Amino acid sequence: MRNYILRRLLLMVPVLFGITVIVFLVIWLIPGDPAKAILGTFATPENVAKLNHDLGLDRPLPVQYLIWLGNVLRGDFGRSYILHRPVIDEVLDRLFPTLLLAGTALILSSAFGVLLGIIAAIRQNGWQDKLITIAVLIGISTPSFWLGILLIFWFAVRLAWFPVGGMQALFGGGDLVDVIHHLALPAITLAAVAGAVLVRLTRGNMLEALRQDYVRTARAKGLSEGRVIYVHAFRNALVNIVPIIGLEAGFVLGGAVYIETVFQWPGIGRMLVSAISTRDILLVQGGVLIVATCYVFINLLTDIVQCILDPRIGQA
Amino acid sequence: MYKPLWRACRAAAIALSVVAAFGIAVKAQTPKDVLVVGHVAELQTLDPAQAVTISDFRILSNIYEGLVRYKDASLDVEPGLATSWTVSPDGKTYTFKLREGVKFQDGSPFNSASVKFDIDRVIDKNHPYNHTGPFPFVFLLGPIASVDAPDPSTVIIHLKNPYAPMLTMLASAIGGLTGVSPDAVKKYDKEFARHGGGTGPFTFTIWEAGQRFVLERNENYWGPKPKLKALVFRPIIDENARVSEMQTGGTDLTIEVPPDNVATFKADPGKFTYYEQPGPHLWYLLLNTEEKPFDDKRVRQAANYAINKEAMADQILKGTATPAAGPTPPAFTWAHDPNLKPYPYDPAKAKQLLAEAGYPNGVDVTFYVTESGSGMLSPQLMGTAIQADLAAVGIRAKIETYEWNTFLGKILPGMKGKANMAELSFMSQDPDMHPSLTLRTDSAINSGRYKNKEVDKLLTEGRTESDTVKRAEIYKKFQDIVYDDAPWVFIVNWKQNAVSGANVKGFRLHPSFTTRLWEVWKE
Repeated sequence: MRNYILRRLLLMVPVLFGITVIVFLVIWLIPGDPAKAILGTFATPENVAKLNHDLGLDRPLPVQYLIWLGNVLRGDFGRSYILHRPVIDEVLDRLFPTLLLAGTALILSSAFGVLLGIIAAIRQNGWQDKLITIAVLIGISTPSFWLGILLIFWFAVRLAWFPVGGMQALFGGGDLVDVIHHLALPAITLAAVAGAVLVRLTRGNMLEALRQDYVRTARAKGLSEGRVIYVHAFRNALVNIVPIIGLEAGFVLGGAVYIETVFQWPGIGRMLVSAISTRDILLVQGGVLIVATCYVFINLLTDIVQCILDPRIGQA
Repeated sequence: MYKPLWRACRAAAIALSVVAAFGIAVKAQTPKDVLVVGHVAELQTLDPAQAVTISDFRILSNIYEGLVRYKDASLDVEPGLATSWTVSPDGKTYTFKLREGVKFQDGSPFNSASVKFDIDRVIDKNHPYNHTGPFPFVFLLGPIASVDAPDPSTVIIHLKNPYAPMLTMLASAIGGLTGVSPDAVKKYDKEFARHGGGTGPFTFTIWEAGQRFVLERNENYWGPKPKLKALVFRPIIDENARVSEMQTGGTDLTIEVPPDNVATFKADPGKFTYYEQPGPHLWYLLLNTEEKPFDDKRVRQAANYAINKEAMADQILKGTATPAAGPTPPAFTWAHDPNLKPYPYDPAKAKQLLAEAGYPNGVDVTFYVTESGSGMLSPQLMGTAIQADLAAVGIRAKIETYEWNTFLGKILPGMKGKANMAELSFMSQDPDMHPSLTLRTDSAINSGRYKNKEVDKLLTEGRTESDTVKRAEIYKKFQDIVYDDAPWVFIVNWKQNAVSGANVKGFRLHPSFTTRLWEVWKE
């Protein structure tokens, strides 16, 4: 088990390195450099050349990358061309809100997804199952930015139960209740799609588990139905559900990009959207690297949990 | 049998309704002495010399003042931090008398030494604080050679060659760089962009990334003190969210209301006040005059006659723009030729001109359209409408759509061999600026390769003539020629708009695309 974790940790290094290379190349493949993005219709060749020189962007690409990599290894992510502050400061300011939003959405979607999945499975073909299946179908086919706008329209504008956006009230806000109040709509929006996928998956896995011989044996032993479902069937279904929750973590981190824009959430996703449009290369690099690191860690975590649930995996 | 499960569901439902009920109790309210502004973007910098976006300048114009400034509701220049000035007969020396007793927000004195420091910082590569840049738009201030400070209240700016737009550019938002506190620059060094320091009516206090940006009243301001205690700018990039916040009272003022929502706010004058103000903006079609068919003036004019600009302004842009008549926006009241009327919508005349030019059966062209872009309004919708109007007279345009940066990258180096026409727009503080960059034979970004010796001559005269009356005559001649020669299809002039709560008083949009919030109060 320890070796397995250690091996997985070491594997993260080339993965993260690869991510930095890809991000660096991709942003240079998009036409339009930072100088042109800044100067817009004033992008005369002379102005562009001068600004690129001032920004240190007139050096060859591999040189720029190596300088950047060297600095990152020393903990210096450079300065944002657009926001005029160290990249790491901006990214750290933005990281907590994103983790809060994505984390809450992940917990909500996992809890409700698994719960409803179990209900649907044990009431297979009953009215609960049908209701849940319809809800799931709607959940999966609804684009989450649209759902967000819809929720804002009803619950914030029409009913005024929740704020339209932001993370805390501007005046006298910032306490836990206030943040939860602001968190509710974006977290539900983000959780809806992810949760729907999990319901389907849990239902399928539970149905399969409930048909296994050991379940029949457990029932024959005279165990209570609750024990049969939660201890025997669910525990085994969980082995297949946990890695999906890991994937969902990536999904909610990615989904946060547009949910944050719709709900004015001060997170890393919204930061990346504007950084990409202004070609703020170092900020994009820093942001993506941090998000990718989070994702890789979550994957590691789910692998470990899976390994605990099914020790055979660690020995392979 | 499954009671724990149902109990869990019930508990969750109850918890949700409690949160919902609580929501009703804490509805957003903004304090009376604070104005909350729904802002289109994040602030990027507090250094006016580094700022590049209109959204930044809308905030910075409340913190910084220049030597001169624009009058209320016009682009004419009046005294700012300088009380008077003279221009030498050769147009190369500007002497300013400075206002006395003015202090920066940090308490240090404003004087000729500070002005010299501020200008040297951005133009002199060897200045000890030049590394606080880069300063992408400083070229707008023209060819400054050097600055002298003979006594504390006199500043002399020497130019390399005469540059008539000098005063209007000093009055524009970027001119605020002459009112930057040298002490603040020295104290914060490269971090100055995150702290700032000027002489203006508001002082920067709080900047929370992605959440809010707060300015407080400068209690030591030399002029009339602002009525509000503080301004809070909330970056709300999504336009639907901006509208929703305004509707629910989360913001007091929103600048740039999407055209589709204008009617909603106008319909409720008891709750909202709607503002509009034409600015120096022009949305036009750039024509490739180097290649067929737009190398022929008659075809260029045909395109101008073929497009229904009225319908564009009223229906697509919902009245947020007016049909344009020529290359100089009417907001430049002193330079604009009011006798020039937009090309009338006349498809028959367009067809006739096309036939005369040798295209009786019409012609195929390539049309570059952008997805979005600064000042581009609704480029895709407008592009499609233009395509339909042109098709009706026989100009069959094939649209190619590109993302803004890509789009500029394709157009600015020149359109030869790529496209016959492209959408473009500009906003500027002086009628010289955009034409000089794009319509002179030797311009750096003359993408349509327009060549007209008379236009070249007039543009040169216009930027060297320091007498405003004579300058105005030159630009009127320039407009008449460009109108007739039609290197562009003149489409619309945008009216910037805003909406505030009905309790907000004293707010006006300014033609310079800045927002002057020191006169605003709430009832």
